Amino acid sequence: MTNLKSFMSRQEMLGLLVVAAVLFVVMPLAMDIFRLNLFGKYLTYAFVAIGLVLCWGKGGILSLGQGVFFGLGGYCMAMYLKLEASTPEATAIQSTPGIPDFMDWNQITALPWFWQPFNSLTFTIVAIIAVPALFAFIIGTAMFKRRVGGVYFAIITQAIAAILTILIIGQQGYTGGVNGITDLRTLKGWDIRTDEAKYILYYVNGGLLIAVLLLSQIVLKSKLGRLLVAVRDQEDRVRFSGYDVSNIKIFVFCFAAVLSAIGGAMFTLQVGFMSPSFVGIVPSIEMVIFCAVGGRLSIFGAVYGTLLVNWAKTTFSETFPELWLFGLGALFIAVVLVFPNGLSGLYRSYLAPIVDRFIVPKGRKAEPDKSTPAAPFGADTTAKPAE
Amino acid sequence: MRRLKNLIENRLSRRAVLAGTVSAATLAMAGALTPSFAQDVNTTGLAVTEDTVKVGILHSVTGTMAISETGSVQAEKLAIEQINAMGGVLGRKIEYIQEDGASDWPTFAEKAKKLLVNDKVAAVFGCWTSASRKAVLPVFEQYNGMLYYPTFYEGLEQSPNVIYTGQEATQQIIAGIDWVAREKGAKSFYLLGSDYIWPRTSNKIARKHIEKLGHKVVGEEYYPLGHTQFNSVINKIKLKKPDVIYAIVVGGSNVAFYKQLKAAGIDMTKEKPLLLTISVTEDEIRGIGGENIEGAYAAMKYFQSLDNDNNQAFVKAFKERWGDDIVIGDVTQAAYLGPWLWKAAVEKAGSFDIDKVRLASPGIELTTAPEGYVRIHENHHLWSKTRIGLAKTDGQYEMIYETADLMEPDPFPEGYQ
Repeated sequence: MTNLKSFMSRQEMLGLLVVAAVLFVVMPLAMDIFRLNLFGKYLTYAFVAIGLVLCWGKGGILSLGQGVFFGLGGYCMAMYLKLEASTPEATAIQSTPGIPDFMDWNQITALPWFWQPFNSLTFTIVAIIAVPALFAFIIGTAMFKRRVGGVYFAIITQAIAAILTILIIGQQGYTGGVNGITDLRTLKGWDIRTDEAKYILYYVNGGLLIAVLLLSQIVLKSKLGRLLVAVRDQEDRVRFSGYDVSNIKIFVFCFAAVLSAIGGAMFTLQVGFMSPSFVGIVPSIEMVIFCAVGGRLSIFGAVYGTLLVNWAKTTFSETFPELWLFGLGALFIAVVLVFPNGLSGLYRSYLAPIVDRFIVPKGRKAEPDKSTPAAPFGADTTAKPAE
Repeated sequence: MRRLKNLIENRLSRRAVLAGTVSAATLAMAGALTPSFAQDVNTTGLAVTEDTVKVGILHSVTGTMAISETGSVQAEKLAIEQINAMGGVLGRKIEYIQEDGASDWPTFAEKAKKLLVNDKVAAVFGCWTSASRKAVLPVFEQYNGMLYYPTFYEGLEQSPNVIYTGQEATQQIIAGIDWVAREKGAKSFYLLGSDYIWPRTSNKIARKHIEKLGHKVVGEEYYPLGHTQFNSVINKIKLKKPDVIYAIVVGGSNVAFYKQLKAAGIDMTKEKPLLLTISVTEDEIRGIGGENIEGAYAAMKYFQSLDNDNNQAFVKAFKERWGDDIVIGDVTQAAYLGPWLWKAAVEKAGSFDIDKVRLASPGIELTTAPEGYVRIHENHHLWSKTRIGLAKTDGQYEMIYETADLMEPDPFPEGYQ
């Protein structure tokens, strides 16, 4: 128990339990399978938002290109599923049976070499983790070792998102182009489109999300986590204390990338296709908004923020098909103007004192959260030029 | 189930009051003969009540595609209103549920699922880009829905759950190329398009057909969607001097392409080279400007200026409903056919059940279509005529040729793959 306490306060444990209860009990009871599957889809974005909390909220590194990693994870999964769906029998109508349909439409007659390994599920799972991690490591090393940070880093990540989208769309024979990789059916012969499969995938997704929350909590409470916050607030002091700042940044960037990729892979499984519209600049910025609405300092807030924004998006657009974007815009303006620290900020100011009264032993005052910066949302540290 | 029971009881009591003493046997017979009896026309739990039936409209009304898809939404609503004014389908008024695909393919899939699973609509009229159709296709096949898809497209697809009311690639392309080769003596072609599946597949078919006729393709190039710098390809065209520029440029790029073509001194009215397009409808000309595209030829199945009674009534009704300054392009007209074709199939089947409507669909004819007579082929595409239009400065096409017979749809053309 002491071991547990060292990385989790009572409040945080409560937070985790509430998230778990919402995911595993409230949602499945409150919703039919169609809505539950939608929420499963939203939850895959929560992986990205949690990564952004670590990277941006705690570490001060604003990445506007998380869609890249979401996409890499999603495409790895989609490539495996597409190969499984493209058996010679299922594609007998094509001029070259046995290859994915979009390759056939683009006059490609043999499976390209980089598609070959995706016949193996083991390789695919390794690739979902390793490919984005490696990619993030290369970007991170190139940037942070040269002490590129702040706005410049944000712009470069955005450029990478744009470049990858253009690459995917341009190489449509190998990637499915703007249509993406569609019509995915089975995983190892197991039909992922049935209602039963959707329930199972939802729970797998929820379990992974809880695991990721725990893992992030461990990272944040470790020495590394404290260094990360120190880097955000006073980078030079950390450097002068003898730490290699760039390694800390590279680590957290890679970590966030892997989380995003897991989200992407789960997305592909639950939605049944992957397309470049999750890779580009717009979705990447949307993911930052999920994180901001939740409150960029709380990993639990990120989950709720993601759910709230996506739920609002679906509900507004179903109710007002021609005006819903205005409703969504109003929500974002409200976040920035009224509660700049997002949902978790609201919780901390209003609900937390009441909750603390019940769960903190008498005579001991709840410790104020030191990780909250003094500056409000608009004037955050990442907006400063690199020092 | 309880609702159904109530429904039957209500009917029974009403009939009993009306008819006084009627034996149970004749009552049952009367029930079977009345086509509006709910359980007969709908055995699969669709959103059909005693006097309404729900359908879905699924297009982008926000985002980059909104400008193209709005016409289709208007056409589908107009058709539904007209059908309702005539008494509906099987005695039921059509109610539509509109969803926004937001120019985003995954959103299309989400909304399609919502319409089928939650709203249990009897049919969906929607989608515009191939990408959005590809995204919703697995949803329609899994949940057994019926989609009426209006856009001319690349073919290579034939789903039991889709009726394609636009032309597939061969219908548009082969007639157009035959015509320029025959009437204009064209021997060399320069193929040009936006870089995605439709232009690429279309040009593949065009190239095969050109070579089959013994003519030559002197160049083939693709540019990303949204591309605005066409100077280099225009220079290449000037160098190669083809007889025909075969252009499948899509969306906003068209504005830059035709303006730059004109600025580079290629006067299409002189027809040296002449330009043939399959992607520019009256809707796009509004953006391009009639003076910039004057003299170009388009091969498609419908022009707003078609001179027949059906079309005149259609254009008049459309303008009355949506405003005088509106233009109607090929896809808008194809979207208008959707609800009518569905109505005819439902009435032939005597049921809203998707499987029965599917079985009833091949052979359905529409003599009232603005483009003239159309018929649904076994492969779920439409038999239709292909027409050549000449672009004029007022933004309209003047039809100068139409195929004598209906073109057979052939989504998997032998020898063109």
